Amino acid sequence: MAFLNTSPTHSTTINLLSSHSFSQLKLPKPSLGRRHIPQALKASKVLSFYGLTTPPYDIDALEPHMSQRTLEVHWGKYHRDYVDGLNKQLENSPLYGHTMEELVKITYNNGNPLPEFNNAAQVWNHDFFWESMQPDGGKMPWGGLLQQIEKDFGSFDKFKEEFVEAALTLFGSGWVWLVLKKKEKRLTVIKTSNAVSPLVWGDIPILALDMWEHAYYQDYKDDRVKYVNTFMNHLVSWHAATVRMARAESFVNLGEPKIPVA
Amino acid sequence: MAFRSLLGKTKPLLGFRPIDQRLGLSCRGLQTFSLPDLPYDYGALEPAISGEIMELHHKKHHQTYITNYNKALEQLHEAMEKGDTQTVVKLQSAIKFNGGGHVNHSIFWKNLTPVSVSGGDLPHGNLGWAIDTGFGSFEKLVAKINTEGAAVQGSGWVWLALDKELKKLVVETTANQDPLVTKGPNLVPLVGIDVWEHAYYLQYKNVRPDYLKNIWKVMNWKYAGQVYDEFTSQV
Repeated sequence: MAFLNTSPTHSTTINLLSSHSFSQLKLPKPSLGRRHIPQALKASKVLSFYGLTTPPYDIDALEPHMSQRTLEVHWGKYHRDYVDGLNKQLENSPLYGHTMEELVKITYNNGNPLPEFNNAAQVWNHDFFWESMQPDGGKMPWGGLLQQIEKDFGSFDKFKEEFVEAALTLFGSGWVWLVLKKKEKRLTVIKTSNAVSPLVWGDIPILALDMWEHAYYQDYKDDRVKYVNTFMNHLVSWHAATVRMARAESFVNLGEPKIPVA
Repeated sequence: MAFRSLLGKTKPLLGFRPIDQRLGLSCRGLQTFSLPDLPYDYGALEPAISGEIMELHHKKHHQTYITNYNKALEQLHEAMEKGDTQTVVKLQSAIKFNGGGHVNHSIFWKNLTPVSVSGGDLPHGNLGWAIDTGFGSFEKLVAKINTEGAAVQGSGWVWLALDKELKKLVVETTANQDPLVTKGPNLVPLVGIDVWEHAYYLQYKNVRPDYLKNIWKVMNWKYAGQVYDEFTSQV
Protein backbone atom coordinates (compact mmCIF):
# COMPACT_ATOMS: atom_id res chain seq x y z
CA MET A 1 0.00 0.00 0.00
CA ALA A 2 1.36 3.38 -0.88
CA PHE A 3 1.44 6.21 1.59
CA LEU A 4 -0.25 8.47 -0.90
CA ASN A 5 -3.36 6.36 -0.83
CA THR A 6 -3.76 6.26 2.91
CA SER A 7 -5.13 9.64 3.83
CA PRO A 8 -5.24 12.45 1.33
CA THR A 9 -6.13 15.08 3.90
CA HIS A 10 -3.05 14.42 5.98
CA SER A 11 -0.47 13.12 3.64
CA THR A 12 0.47 16.35 1.96
CA THR A 13 2.24 19.27 3.50
CA ILE A 14 -0.21 22.07 3.89
CA ASN A 15 1.12 25.54 4.41
CA LEU A 16 -0.40 28.94 4.06
CA LEU A 17 -3.96 27.84 3.77
CA SER A 18 -6.67 30.42 3.65
CA SER A 19 -9.31 30.19 6.33
CA HIS A 20 -11.71 29.09 3.64
CA SER A 21 -9.84 25.85 2.95
CA PHE A 22 -10.01 24.80 6.57
CA SER A 23 -13.62 23.82 6.18
CA GLN A 24 -12.65 21.18 3.65
CA LEU A 25 -10.08 19.55 5.88
CA LYS A 26 -10.59 17.28 8.82
CA LEU A 27 -8.10 19.25 10.82
CA PRO A 28 -8.65 21.29 13.96
CA LYS A 29 -10.00 24.70 13.05
CA PRO A 30 -8.95 27.94 14.60
CA SER A 31 -11.99 29.30 16.37
CA LEU A 32 -12.24 32.45 14.30
CA GLY A 33 -15.90 32.94 14.88
CA ARG A 34 -15.76 33.14 18.61
CA ARG A 35 -12.97 35.62 18.91
CA HIS A 36 -12.97 39.26 18.11
CA ILE A 37 -10.33 39.94 15.51
CA PRO A 38 -9.96 43.51 14.32
CA GLN A 39 -11.09 43.95 10.73
CA ALA A 40 -7.70 45.09 9.52
CA LEU A 41 -6.00 42.07 10.98
CA LYS A 42 -8.59 39.72 9.65
CA ALA A 43 -7.95 40.90 6.15
CA SER A 44 -4.20 40.66 6.31
CA LYS A 45 -3.70 37.72 8.63
CA VAL A 46 -2.13 34.77 6.92
CA LEU A 47 -3.21 31.52 8.45
CA SER A 48 -0.92 28.57 8.14
CA PHE A 49 -1.15 25.04 9.24
CA TYR A 50 1.47 22.36 9.67
CA GLY A 51 0.73 19.14 7.84
CA LEU A 52 1.92 15.58 8.25
CA THR A 53 4.71 14.95 5.77
CA THR A 54 4.78 11.63 3.94
CA PRO A 55 7.88 9.42 4.10
CA PRO A 56 9.61 9.22 0.73
CA TYR A 57 8.74 5.53 0.18
CA ASP A 58 5.78 3.17 0.47
CA ILE A 59 4.60 2.19 3.90
CA ASP A 60 5.75 -1.41 3.42
CA ALA A 61 8.98 -0.51 1.63
CA LEU A 62 11.23 -1.01 4.64
CA GLU A 63 10.03 -4.57 5.26
CA PRO A 64 11.27 -6.83 6.74
CA HIS A 65 13.62 -4.54 8.66
CA MET A 66 10.94 -2.11 9.71
CA SER A 67 7.44 -3.49 9.35
CA GLN A 68 4.43 -1.89 7.76
CA ARG A 69 2.70 -2.25 11.14
CA THR A 70 5.44 -0.20 12.79
CA LEU A 71 5.13 2.52 10.15
CA GLU A 72 1.35 2.56 10.45
CA VAL A 73 1.58 3.25 14.16
CA HIS A 74 4.79 5.27 14.23
CA TRP A 75 4.02 7.52 11.27
CA GLY A 76 0.23 7.18 11.17
CA LYS A 77 -0.36 7.66 14.89
CA TYR A 78 2.65 8.98 16.81
CA HIS A 79 3.93 11.38 14.18
CA ARG A 80 0.38 12.49 13.37
CA ASP A 81 -0.30 13.08 17.08
CA TYR A 82 2.71 15.39 17.29
CA VAL A 83 1.47 17.36 14.26
CA ASP A 84 -2.10 17.56 15.57
CA GLY A 85 -0.88 18.48 19.04
CA LEU A 86 1.29 21.25 17.63
CA ASN A 87 -1.52 22.71 15.52
CA LYS A 88 -3.78 22.66 18.54
CA GLN A 89 -1.20 24.48 20.64
CA LEU A 90 -0.56 27.03 17.91
CA GLU A 91 -4.18 27.87 17.26
CA ASN A 92 -4.12 31.60 16.60
CA SER A 93 -0.55 31.79 17.88
CA PRO A 94 1.92 34.35 16.55
CA LEU A 95 4.43 31.49 16.21
CA TYR A 96 2.77 30.39 12.99
CA GLY A 97 4.50 31.29 9.79
CA HIS A 98 7.88 29.83 10.74
CA THR A 99 9.44 26.87 9.07
CA MET A 100 9.50 23.81 11.31
CA GLU A 101 13.25 24.24 11.77
CA GLU A 102 12.81 27.82 12.93
CA LEU A 103 9.95 26.81 15.18
CA VAL A 104 12.12 24.17 16.88
CA LYS A 105 14.87 26.73 17.53
CA ILE A 106 12.49 29.44 18.72
CA THR A 107 10.46 27.23 21.04
CA TYR A 108 13.64 25.77 22.55
CA ASN A 109 14.01 29.27 23.93
CA ASN A 110 17.69 28.95 24.82
CA GLY A 111 17.17 25.96 27.06
CA ASN A 112 13.91 27.06 28.68
CA PRO A 113 11.60 25.26 26.26
CA LEU A 114 8.15 26.68 25.57
CA PRO A 115 5.19 24.26 25.80
CA GLU A 116 5.21 23.90 22.00
CA PHE A 117 8.79 22.65 21.86
CA ASN A 118 8.14 18.94 22.35
CA ASN A 119 5.62 18.69 19.54
CA ALA A 120 7.54 20.96 17.17
CA ALA A 121 10.81 19.11 17.71
CA GLN A 122 9.19 15.70 17.43
CA VAL A 123 7.54 16.69 14.14
CA TRP A 124 10.87 17.83 12.76
CA ASN A 125 12.75 14.82 14.19
CA HIS A 126 10.34 12.34 12.64
CA ASP A 127 10.38 14.03 9.22
CA PHE A 128 14.15 13.87 9.38
CA PHE A 129 14.13 10.25 10.57
CA TRP A 130 11.89 8.98 7.74
CA GLU A 131 14.23 10.64 5.29
CA SER A 132 17.25 9.12 7.02
CA MET A 133 16.11 5.71 5.80
CA GLN A 134 15.45 4.09 2.44
CA PRO A 135 14.54 0.67 1.10
CA ASP A 136 17.68 -1.37 0.53
CA GLY A 137 19.69 1.06 2.60
CA GLY A 138 22.74 0.46 4.75
CA LYS A 139 26.03 -0.45 3.11
CA MET A 140 28.64 2.26 2.80
CA PRO A 141 28.75 5.99 2.23
CA TRP A 142 31.02 7.18 -0.57
CA GLY A 143 32.93 10.18 -1.87
CA GLY A 144 33.37 13.27 0.25
CA LEU A 145 31.10 12.05 3.02
CA LEU A 146 33.10 8.85 3.43
CA GLN A 147 36.35 10.83 3.45
CA GLN A 148 35.00 13.15 6.11
CA ILE A 149 33.83 10.20 8.22
CA GLU A 150 37.25 8.58 7.91
CA LYS A 151 38.91 11.84 8.81
CA ASP A 152 36.76 12.48 11.89
CA PHE A 153 36.29 8.93 13.22
CA GLY A 154 39.39 7.15 11.97
CA SER A 155 37.45 4.72 9.81
CA PHE A 156 33.90 3.92 8.76
CA ASP A 157 33.85 0.93 11.13
CA LYS A 158 34.88 3.14 14.02
CA PHE A 159 32.05 5.55 13.20
CA LYS A 160 29.61 2.64 13.15
CA GLU A 161 30.88 1.41 16.48
CA GLU A 162 30.51 4.82 18.03
CA PHE A 163 27.01 5.30 16.65
CA VAL A 164 25.82 1.91 17.90
CA GLU A 165 27.45 2.45 21.29
CA ALA A 166 25.70 5.81 21.66
CA ALA A 167 22.33 4.22 20.85
CA LEU A 168 22.80 1.43 23.36
CA THR A 169 23.91 3.68 26.18
CA LEU A 170 21.05 6.14 25.86
CA PHE A 171 19.01 6.21 29.07
CA GLY A 172 15.27 6.34 28.37
CA SER A 173 13.67 7.79 25.21
CA GLY A 174 15.67 9.81 22.74
CA TRP A 175 17.62 10.07 19.51
CA VAL A 176 21.08 9.32 18.16
CA TRP A 177 22.51 11.67 15.57
CA LEU A 178 25.34 12.11 13.17
CA VAL A 179 25.84 15.86 13.06
CA LEU A 180 28.25 18.30 11.52
CA LYS A 181 29.56 20.68 14.17
CA LYS A 182 29.77 24.09 12.60
CA LYS A 183 32.60 25.63 14.61
CA GLU A 184 34.66 22.49 15.03
CA LYS A 185 34.05 21.63 11.36
CA ARG A 186 33.78 17.97 12.16
CA LEU A 187 31.29 15.13 12.16
CA THR A 188 30.24 13.91 15.60
CA VAL A 189 27.87 11.33 17.05
CA ILE A 190 25.59 12.70 19.73
CA LYS A 191 22.56 11.50 21.62
CA THR A 192 19.65 13.59 22.83
CA SER A 193 16.85 12.96 25.32
CA ASN A 194 13.17 12.82 24.46
CA ALA A 195 12.39 15.46 21.83
CA VAL A 196 15.63 17.44 21.84
CA SER A 197 17.14 18.03 18.43
CA PRO A 198 20.75 19.11 17.81
CA LEU A 199 19.36 21.96 15.72
CA VAL A 200 18.95 23.87 18.96
CA TRP A 201 22.73 24.06 19.43
CA GLY A 202 23.33 25.05 15.84
CA ASP A 203 24.65 21.65 14.77
CA ILE A 204 23.76 20.44 11.28
CA PRO A 205 22.08 17.02 11.47
CA ILE A 206 23.16 14.48 8.85
CA LEU A 207 21.41 11.32 10.17
CA ALA A 208 18.95 10.48 12.93
CA LEU A 209 17.95 7.26 14.64
CA ASP A 210 14.81 7.17 16.76
CA MET A 211 15.52 5.35 20.03
CA TRP A 212 12.07 5.77 21.55
CA GLU A 213 10.68 2.33 22.28
CA HIS A 214 7.74 2.96 19.94
CA ALA A 215 10.21 3.03 17.04
CA TYR A 216 11.25 -0.59 17.41
CA TYR A 217 9.10 -2.39 19.94
CA GLN A 218 6.72 -3.95 17.44
CA ASP A 219 9.56 -5.47 15.44
CA TYR A 220 12.35 -5.99 17.97
CA LYS A 221 10.77 -5.86 21.44
CA ASP A 222 13.56 -5.11 23.92
CA ASP A 223 16.33 -6.11 21.49
CA ARG A 224 17.87 -2.70 20.90
CA VAL A 225 21.12 -4.22 19.67
CA LYS A 226 19.35 -5.88 16.76
CA TYR A 227 17.34 -2.76 15.95
CA VAL A 228 20.37 -0.47 15.88
CA ASN A 229 22.45 -2.89 13.81
CA THR A 230 19.59 -3.39 11.38
CA PHE A 231 19.31 0.35 10.94
CA MET A 232 23.02 0.57 10.19
CA ASN A 233 23.15 -2.44 7.87
CA HIS A 234 19.83 -2.27 6.02
CA LEU A 235 17.97 0.99 6.53
CA VAL A 236 20.21 4.03 6.77
CA SER A 237 20.13 6.20 3.64
CA TRP A 238 23.62 7.31 2.69
CA HIS A 239 22.00 9.06 -0.27
CA ALA A 240 20.10 11.32 2.09
CA ALA A 241 23.20 11.83 4.20
CA THR A 242 25.22 12.79 1.10
CA VAL A 243 22.65 15.36 0.04
CA ARG A 244 22.50 16.81 3.54
CA MET A 245 26.27 16.94 3.69
CA ALA A 246 26.41 18.81 0.39
CA ARG A 247 23.94 21.33 1.75
CA ALA A 248 25.87 21.59 5.02
CA GLU A 249 29.02 22.43 3.10
CA SER A 250 27.49 25.67 1.94
CA PHE A 251 27.56 26.71 5.61
CA VAL A 252 30.79 25.04 6.72
CA ASN A 253 34.04 25.03 4.83
CA LEU A 254 35.48 21.59 5.44
CA GLY A 255 38.62 21.96 3.40
CA GLU A 256 41.64 24.20 3.62
CA PRO A 257 40.76 27.45 1.93
CA LYS A 258 42.15 27.39 -1.63
CA ILE A 259 43.11 30.89 -2.45
CA PRO A 260 43.75 31.30 -6.14
CA VAL A 261 47.23 32.43 -7.00
CA ALA A 262 47.24 35.69 -8.86
CA MET B 1 5.98 -9.77 54.84
CA ALA B 2 6.26 -9.52 51.12
CA PHE B 3 7.01 -5.82 51.11
CA ARG B 4 9.82 -6.23 53.58
CA SER B 5 11.46 -9.09 51.79
CA LEU B 6 11.41 -7.21 48.53
CA LEU B 7 12.51 -3.84 49.75
CA GLY B 8 14.91 -5.46 52.16
CA LYS B 9 16.91 -6.45 49.15
CA THR B 10 16.83 -3.09 47.47
CA LYS B 11 17.19 -0.98 50.57
CA PRO B 12 20.99 -1.04 50.45
CA LEU B 13 20.85 0.92 47.23
CA LEU B 14 18.81 3.70 48.75
CA GLY B 15 21.16 4.31 51.62
CA PHE B 16 24.37 3.00 50.08
CA ARG B 17 25.12 1.56 53.52
CA PRO B 18 26.11 -1.97 52.60
CA ILE B 19 28.49 -0.64 49.98
CA ASP B 20 30.23 1.39 52.66
CA GLN B 21 30.33 -1.67 54.84
CA ARG B 22 31.71 -3.74 52.03
CA LEU B 23 34.53 -1.29 51.63
CA GLY B 24 35.84 -2.36 54.98
CA LEU B 25 35.38 -5.99 54.09
CA SER B 26 36.78 -5.98 50.62
CA CYS B 27 37.79 -9.61 50.79
CA ARG B 28 34.11 -10.55 50.85
CA GLY B 29 32.20 -11.27 47.67
CA LEU B 30 30.05 -8.53 46.23
CA GLN B 31 26.33 -8.81 46.88
CA THR B 32 24.47 -9.10 43.60
CA PHE B 33 20.79 -8.91 42.88
CA SER B 34 18.48 -11.31 41.12
CA LEU B 35 15.07 -11.04 39.53
CA PRO B 36 12.27 -11.25 42.11
CA ASP B 37 9.40 -13.59 41.25
CA LEU B 38 6.13 -12.07 40.14
CA PRO B 39 3.49 -12.70 42.80
CA TYR B 40 1.02 -13.74 40.03
CA ASP B 41 1.03 -15.31 36.56
CA TYR B 42 1.94 -13.25 33.51
CA GLY B 43 -1.59 -13.51 32.13
CA ALA B 44 -3.30 -12.82 35.46
CA LEU B 45 -3.73 -9.09 34.86
CA GLU B 46 -5.58 -9.48 31.55
CA PRO B 47 -7.40 -7.74 30.03
CA ALA B 48 -5.95 -4.62 31.70
CA ILE B 49 -2.36 -5.64 30.86
CA SER B 50 -1.64 -8.45 28.43
CA GLY B 51 0.38 -11.51 29.36
CA GLU B 52 2.84 -10.76 26.55
CA ILE B 53 3.59 -7.33 27.99
CA MET B 54 3.98 -8.68 31.52
CA GLU B 55 6.31 -11.45 30.43
CA LEU B 56 8.60 -9.17 28.41
CA HIS B 57 8.47 -6.49 31.05
CA HIS B 58 9.44 -8.83 33.86
CA LYS B 59 11.69 -11.40 32.17
CA LYS B 60 13.49 -9.07 29.78
CA HIS B 61 13.33 -5.45 30.88
CA HIS B 62 13.57 -5.92 34.64
CA GLN B 63 16.21 -8.60 34.17
CA THR B 64 18.30 -6.24 32.02
CA TYR B 65 18.22 -3.55 34.70
CA ILE B 66 19.38 -6.09 37.26
CA THR B 67 22.14 -7.45 35.02
CA ASN B 68 23.46 -3.97 34.28
CA TYR B 69 23.08 -2.87 37.88
CA ASN B 70 25.16 -5.83 39.05
CA LYS B 71 27.74 -5.02 36.39
CA ALA B 72 27.93 -1.41 37.51
CA LEU B 73 28.24 -2.42 41.16
CA GLU B 74 31.11 -4.71 40.29
CA GLN B 75 32.90 -1.93 38.46
CA LEU B 76 32.18 0.44 41.32
CA HIS B 77 33.59 -2.02 43.79
CA GLU B 78 36.75 -2.33 41.76
CA ALA B 79 37.11 1.40 41.24
CA MET B 80 36.65 2.13 44.94
CA GLU B 81 39.25 -0.41 45.91
CA LYS B 82 41.67 1.23 43.52
CA GLY B 83 40.70 4.70 44.72
CA ASP B 84 39.78 5.56 41.14
CA THR B 85 37.49 8.51 41.81
CA GLN B 86 36.95 9.34 38.14
CA THR B 87 35.45 5.93 37.47
CA VAL B 88 33.42 6.03 40.68
CA VAL B 89 31.81 9.28 39.58
CA LYS B 90 31.36 8.11 36.01
CA LEU B 91 29.45 5.04 37.20
CA GLN B 92 26.81 7.06 39.04
CA SER B 93 24.51 7.50 36.03
CA ALA B 94 24.52 3.78 35.24
CA ILE B 95 23.85 2.98 38.89
CA LYS B 96 20.98 5.45 39.09
CA PHE B 97 19.45 4.19 35.86
CA ASN B 98 19.83 0.45 36.36
CA GLY B 99 19.53 0.40 40.14
CA GLY B 100 16.54 2.71 39.81
CA GLY B 101 15.05 0.38 37.22
CA HIS B 102 15.38 -2.49 39.67
CA VAL B 103 13.89 -0.54 42.60
CA ASN B 104 11.01 0.84 40.54
CA HIS B 105 9.99 -2.41 38.91
CA SER B 106 10.19 -4.29 42.23
CA ILE B 107 7.63 -1.83 43.60
CA PHE B 108 5.53 -1.89 40.43
CA TRP B 109 4.94 -5.65 40.53
CA LYS B 110 3.72 -5.30 44.12
CA ASN B 111 1.40 -2.48 43.10
CA LEU B 112 -0.55 -4.74 40.78
CA THR B 113 -2.72 -7.73 41.54
CA PRO B 114 -5.31 -9.74 39.61
CA VAL B 115 -8.95 -8.71 39.86
CA SER B 116 -9.69 -12.18 41.27
CA VAL B 117 -7.43 -11.45 44.25
CA SER B 118 -8.21 -7.85 45.14
CA GLY B 119 -7.18 -5.89 42.04
CA GLY B 120 -9.08 -2.64 41.75
CA ASP B 121 -10.63 -2.83 45.21
CA LEU B 122 -10.77 0.73 46.46
CA PRO B 123 -8.43 1.88 49.20
CA HIS B 124 -9.98 2.07 52.63
CA GLY B 125 -8.72 2.42 56.19
CA ASN B 126 -6.16 5.09 56.93
CA LEU B 127 -4.99 5.45 53.34
CA GLY B 128 -8.57 5.84 52.11
CA TRP B 129 -9.11 8.68 54.58
CA ALA B 130 -5.81 10.30 53.70
CA ILE B 131 -6.71 10.25 49.98
CA ASP B 132 -10.09 11.88 50.62
CA THR B 133 -8.52 14.51 52.84
CA GLY B 134 -5.57 15.20 50.59
CA PHE B 135 -7.18 15.12 47.15
CA GLY B 136 -10.92 15.58 47.78
CA SER B 137 -11.86 12.11 46.60
CA PHE B 138 -10.44 8.90 45.19
CA GLU B 139 -11.65 9.88 41.70
CA LYS B 140 -9.83 13.18 41.93
CA LEU B 141 -6.61 11.42 42.88
CA VAL B 142 -6.94 9.03 39.93
CA ALA B 143 -7.64 11.94 37.58
CA LYS B 144 -4.57 13.78 38.87
CA ILE B 145 -2.28 10.77 38.48
CA ASN B 146 -3.66 10.04 35.01
CA THR B 147 -3.10 13.63 33.89
CA GLU B 148 0.42 13.85 35.27
CA GLY B 149 1.31 10.39 34.00
CA ALA B 150 0.09 11.21 30.51
CA ALA B 151 2.14 14.41 30.54
CA VAL B 152 5.48 12.72 31.34
CA GLN B 153 7.72 13.43 28.34
CA GLY B 154 9.39 10.33 27.01
CA SER B 155 9.97 7.59 29.56
CA GLY B 156 9.29 7.76 33.27
CA TRP B 157 7.08 7.05 36.24
CA VAL B 158 4.17 8.65 38.05
CA TRP B 159 3.88 8.10 41.80
CA LEU B 160 1.56 8.38 44.73
CA ALA B 161 3.94 9.01 47.59
CA LEU B 162 3.82 9.53 51.30
CA ASP B 163 5.98 12.31 52.67
CA LYS B 164 6.81 10.57 55.91
CA GLU B 165 7.97 13.75 57.66
CA LEU B 166 4.90 15.82 56.81
CA LYS B 167 2.62 12.75 56.86
CA LYS B 168 1.14 14.00 53.63
CA LEU B 169 0.28 12.32 50.32
CA VAL B 170 1.79 13.77 47.15
CA VAL B 171 1.76 12.93 43.44
CA GLU B 172 5.20 13.03 41.81
CA THR B 173 6.72 12.10 38.47
CA THR B 174 10.25 10.96 37.74
CA ALA B 175 12.11 10.77 34.43
CA ASN B 176 13.51 7.55 32.95
CA GLN B 177 14.37 5.19 35.82
CA ASP B 178 15.01 7.81 38.47
CA PRO B 179 13.64 6.30 41.66
CA LEU B 180 11.21 8.34 43.75
CA VAL B 181 13.85 9.06 46.37
CA THR B 182 15.53 11.43 43.88
CA LYS B 183 12.56 13.76 44.36
CA GLY B 184 13.02 13.95 48.12
CA PRO B 185 14.55 11.77 50.86
CA ASN B 186 11.27 11.62 52.82
CA LEU B 187 9.16 10.27 49.99
CA VAL B 188 7.88 6.71 50.38
CA PRO B 189 6.43 5.11 47.25
CA LEU B 190 2.89 3.81 47.74
CA VAL B 191 1.92 3.45 44.09
CA GLY B 192 4.29 3.69 41.14
CA ILE B 193 3.02 3.47 37.58
CA ASP B 194 5.45 2.76 34.78
CA VAL B 195 4.75 5.03 31.80
CA TRP B 196 7.61 3.77 29.65
CA GLU B 197 6.30 2.68 26.29
CA HIS B 198 7.41 -0.91 26.97
CA ALA B 199 4.78 -1.01 29.73
CA TYR B 200 1.89 -0.54 27.31
CA TYR B 201 2.90 -0.21 23.63
CA LEU B 202 2.03 -3.74 22.47
CA GLN B 203 -1.53 -3.30 23.72
CA TYR B 204 -2.28 0.42 23.79
CA LYS B 205 0.14 1.77 21.14
CA ASN B 206 0.24 5.57 21.32
CA VAL B 207 -2.75 5.88 23.65
CA ARG B 208 -1.07 6.13 27.02
CA PRO B 209 -4.21 7.62 28.67
CA ASP B 210 -6.13 4.36 28.01
CA TYR B 211 -3.40 2.35 29.69
CA LEU B 212 -3.54 4.67 32.67
CA LYS B 213 -7.31 4.42 32.78
CA ASN B 214 -7.23 0.63 32.82
CA ILE B 215 -4.39 0.05 35.21
CA TRP B 216 -6.59 1.04 38.15
CA LYS B 217 -8.58 -2.14 37.55
CA VAL B 218 -5.61 -4.20 38.73
CA MET B 219 -4.28 -1.83 41.36
CA ASN B 220 -3.32 -3.41 44.67
CA TRP B 221 -4.52 -0.84 47.19
CA LYS B 222 -4.17 -3.34 49.99
CA TYR B 223 -0.42 -3.27 49.51
CA ALA B 224 -0.35 0.54 49.29
CA GLY B 225 -2.42 0.71 52.49
CA GLN B 226 0.03 -1.57 54.32
CA VAL B 227 3.00 0.57 53.35
CA TYR B 228 1.09 3.69 54.35
CA ASP B 229 0.25 2.25 57.77
CA GLU B 230 3.77 1.09 58.32
CA PHE B 231 5.30 4.50 57.69
CA THR B 232 2.64 6.57 59.43
CA SER B 233 2.74 4.51 62.61
CA GLN B 234 6.49 5.03 62.96
CA VAL B 235 7.38 7.60 65.62
